[in-house]
Amino acid sequence: MRRAALALAAVVVAASVLVRADAHRIVSIIPATTEMLFAMGAGDRVVAVGSYDRFPPEVDKLPRVGALLDPNVERILALKPDLLILYSTQTDLRAQMERAGVAYYGYVHRGLPDITQTIRSLGARVGVDAAANALAARIEAQLADIRARVAKSARPKTLLVFGREPGTLRSIDASGGIGFLHDMLETAGGEDVLADTKQQSLTMSTELVLARAPDVIIELRYARGDTTAPADLKAWDALPSVPAVRNHRVFMLQGEEFVVPGPRVAAATERLARTLHPELFK
Amino acid sequence: MRAPTDLRRRIVLTFAGFGTLAAVVCLLAPLVGSTPISMPRVFDRAIPFADNVDAQVFFVARLPRVLAAVLVGASFAVAGVVFQAFLRNPLASPDTLGVSTGATLGAVIVITFHIDTAILGVSAVPVASFAGSAGALGVVYLLSVARRRGTSSTVLLLAGVALSAFLGAVSRLVQVIGDYTDVFRSIRWMMGSLDVGSYTDIVVPLVPMTIALAAIATLPRVLDLVSLGDPAAEARGVDVRRAERIALVSASLLTGSAVSLGGPIPFVGIIVPHIVRLIVGADHRVVLPAAALFGGSFLVVCDLVARTAFGPAGMPVGAVTALIGGPFFLWLLFRRFR
Repeated sequence: MRRAALALAAVVVAASVLVRADAHRIVSIIPATTEMLFAMGAGDRVVAVGSYDRFPPEVDKLPRVGALLDPNVERILALKPDLLILYSTQTDLRAQMERAGVAYYGYVHRGLPDITQTIRSLGARVGVDAAANALAARIEAQLADIRARVAKSARPKTLLVFGREPGTLRSIDASGGIGFLHDMLETAGGEDVLADTKQQSLTMSTELVLARAPDVIIELRYARGDTTAPADLKAWDALPSVPAVRNHRVFMLQGEEFVVPGPRVAAATERLARTLHPELFK
Repeated sequence: MRAPTDLRRRIVLTFAGFGTLAAVVCLLAPLVGSTPISMPRVFDRAIPFADNVDAQVFFVARLPRVLAAVLVGASFAVAGVVFQAFLRNPLASPDTLGVSTGATLGAVIVITFHIDTAILGVSAVPVASFAGSAGALGVVYLLSVARRRGTSSTVLLLAGVALSAFLGAVSRLVQVIGDYTDVFRSIRWMMGSLDVGSYTDIVVPLVPMTIALAAIATLPRVLDLVSLGDPAAEARGVDVRRAERIALVSASLLTGSAVSLGGPIPFVGIIVPHIVRLIVGADHRVVLPAAALFGGSFLVVCDLVARTAFGPAGMPVGAVTALIGGPFFLWLLFRRFR
């Protein structure tokens, strides 16, 4: 009887290995998924990363194989990966991997809830389900905690800017009404002044800034080597009627975690919440 | 040849007609936008400027934009007229000799390597793009000097195309080095934007633009003669090489200033000269002022459409110029040759 049970267990294990082989040589060309893999303890399985991967510092030692627009198929194949993590929009690359018999995981870039969803499904695909589920649950708990903290506070109308020509108010790129930046802002207790625009980002005219009259403006800086000083925020003084400018509530936050929808998202959201509601985080 | 009185009448008519168009467009454009504002409130001195949203929409968001559009549109159109006449090629444009590609390279370098801090209140991006155009202008000047030794205008044109392609390739190379956000910013810059938000940005390029326009204002007769071919011009005592140097350098200066202010907005410099010629004929004494006034008005209208007709975010003006100008030009052509 005991022998039969053991045999059955062995069959189940073998079948599950056949159905879903764990990945041990992973190439991830997306900063968000690379961070996820390291955070769920599968960093030692990553053999190469994309051109824009910066975190964690371990990625600096890994070979780079291009990114969204310029994946280097030859280098990817030479590394003999058993899993390539790519953007699901990279249809040509997917077709090439299919021809070469390399398994891939298609990543979709969407809103905040999709981040933990991706962590869970990626963990399952790689074979570290338990660690991935724990990581996702931890992030969700942190986000829920932030939501609870700001729940009773007034929600300031906030403009989240992620790009602008320094020294001027030209080419103001702001987060629109969908996507993870918008979700992070709402979670952090802000009301997105561009919530009605159904696009992830838009380039704002100065007229639109005046018309939307945000109570708070938060500028995100994240590019490598960006040395823009917070003094650059003086450019906003050209619009003195904007409540954020009048009440000195224009802020600059530096950090790559704001533009990588990965495991650092809860920390990034908390930084937004601290900026919007400093009184709640004393 | 037409009688001088006839020419004078046409010049007066051109200034009256296109001048009225430009004046009306410039006066009306700041009144319209995505936000409703009250004009009495805009000029109500009882409300401090810092609290007057309507005045800020008018004076910070709209008026500089309209002024920038007039200057950029007029500069591209005049530069286009000069290049087409001297290169004797209807497809020549302000970019033919590589000046605006040089300006683009300057901007892309500054954006990619994050050297874009403001200098004396002016963003480094326009400064660098002007420097880039000046570099290309230097090459153009050397070419025009070489032309004195017998280079034909076709060779000059080809050299320009090669220079432009080379500078474009360097731009793309720099972009490959950059981060994806830098690439995004570079692409946005290339689509052009007139939302300058300050008057300093306008006053600075106005200086080289004025110098270039003054130099070009001395050239219309020469342009007419050169259009007929160098021997015809020389037979009438024109120092073609000297005139050409003045023309090419001035038109390049005009182009560089315009690109540094509004980005490499396409279409205006190549098609507005043709639109104007279809309306007023080929005499450059009429074509040059008409192109300046019509080019300016045209870009103001395009920018008005760009900032009002596409939802709250608007549309880059560079995407609108051909959208409006293309069908208009085709309509003029069909009407003319029907």
